[in-house]
Amino acid sequence: MRDVAIIGVGMTAWGELWEKSLRTIWTEAALAALDDAGVDHVDYITIGCMSPGLFVGQEHLASLLADELGMAGVPAARVETACASGGLALRMGLAEVASGLSDIVLVTGVEKMNDVDTAETTYALGTAADQEWEAFHGVTFPGLYAMMARLHMAKYGTTSEQLAAVSVKNHANALLNPDAQYHLKLTVEDVLGSTMVADPLHIFDCSPITDGAAAVVIASMDVAREITGDRPIVRITGSGLATDTITLANREDLTSLPAVRKAAERAYAMAGRVPGDIHVAEVHDCFTIAEIMTTEALGFFEPGQGGPAAEKGLTGHGGKIPVNTSGGLKAKGHPVGATGVAQVVEVATQLRGEAGQRQVEGARIGLTQTMGGSGGSAVVHILEVES
Amino acid sequence: MRSPGRSWREHPQRYRLEAAKCTGCGRILYPPRVVCPDCGGREFETVTLPRKGTIVTYTVIDVPPTGFQGQAPLVLALVELENGVRTMVQVADVPDMDRLAVGMPVKLEFRRISEDGEAGLIFYGHKAVPA
Ligand SMILES: [Zn+2]
Repeated sequence: MRDVAIIGVGMTAWGELWEKSLRTIWTEAALAALDDAGVDHVDYITIGCMSPGLFVGQEHLASLLADELGMAGVPAARVETACASGGLALRMGLAEVASGLSDIVLVTGVEKMNDVDTAETTYALGTAADQEWEAFHGVTFPGLYAMMARLHMAKYGTTSEQLAAVSVKNHANALLNPDAQYHLKLTVEDVLGSTMVADPLHIFDCSPITDGAAAVVIASMDVAREITGDRPIVRITGSGLATDTITLANREDLTSLPAVRKAAERAYAMAGRVPGDIHVAEVHDCFTIAEIMTTEALGFFEPGQGGPAAEKGLTGHGGKIPVNTSGGLKAKGHPVGATGVAQVVEVATQLRGEAGQRQVEGARIGLTQTMGGSGGSAVVHILEVES
Repeated sequence: MRSPGRSWREHPQRYRLEAAKCTGCGRILYPPRVVCPDCGGREFETVTLPRKGTIVTYTVIDVPPTGFQGQAPLVLALVELENGVRTMVQVADVPDMDRLAVGMPVKLEFRRISEDGEAGLIFYGHKAVPA
């Protein structure tokens, strides 16, 4: 396998982008990444997008978008693992370059979620659960994570205050990210006093509905050395992809995320790294309980210690392992297919030392983790800057 | 809207609680599958699920999805039946939300679940009620 580097990143402001269409927000992010890399052609395009069919009534997305970018003719494919689609897009791009099939790949993620009403958005997201045996009975995604949260609380003593601490931290981080959907200072009391969505999860425990796109350009190390000049080169050293049952009914332990653990084990093994080596991480905090459970599944904390760690500030700036410096899904926003790619944008920016006020000093090794549905799929990547 | 066929083919499971017991290892699969995830077996016999069980975990949904609007608060639970099979169902007829608890005994009853809009099918299945 060939070594693969990230040579360009692109991100645009996320939010409720009423004036822009899916194709516009995608093209803007793609151009930003191509400009950052300083390339005007690519050999392949991957697009992580969960459900353009339900969100905007458009399938056959890859060709549409390649054409929109002025690249009709270039091989392009949309890939999907629900909310983990963006992470999968990087994995597929990595395989293209590592295998030698392509030298330069444009890896993208996009979701346009506000072109339908909230009920239809909720329905579209719900299709990531088992339609016949979960959604049929009326369960929602907040509901599924609420059920996991209840058991995590019962088993480990995790508290609503600890869940709230995740939200407070990620909103504080987003204040430093101009591209984030929300710039809103929150307190633990604000979170606990907000509307209950699915007991024990409040509205401020949940990530929002977001329009957004993100892109990175990856290339073989040879190409990267040729074109990046004096800029630091960020290498993709580990990649892990895993599946699990998508129904909670068939999952043995509902207080852990086996797919995340497996994907992480594979990524750590490939990179020759252990959890303690990681300096900065972007993880899938679709709900506050999810950040707590993923920081445990990734090995940053022992099972049951994710809650206390969040409350003690171990995942904040200057903590043991800063998590979601971008604001995370909670506050940066969660356009589902774009999320996994935006995580890579943030970590690569951190490793290049270009994160401005959000910069984690001395960050040289970073991790991204995203997951689909209630943990039925997971993708983990490890990125390292060449010294 | 769902076609009648999509609903009809699930009737044995939804209406009569039919499950598939693997003749190789005894695992009971609900819903039935083509291959047993435990032993790889492909031979099954039809069994009926017991109606009694306990709540493994639950939530009270205040913002229900399409098809369930007007039903809030919607109680959803993962229920473990007496034979170990787990299934996601609504919990109905809860007199007092404070009575809900992990480990609470429930039994399954045949109920109307939802409607597919004004002109679509009415879906039936099972809900749990306090035992
Ligand atoms: Zn079997």
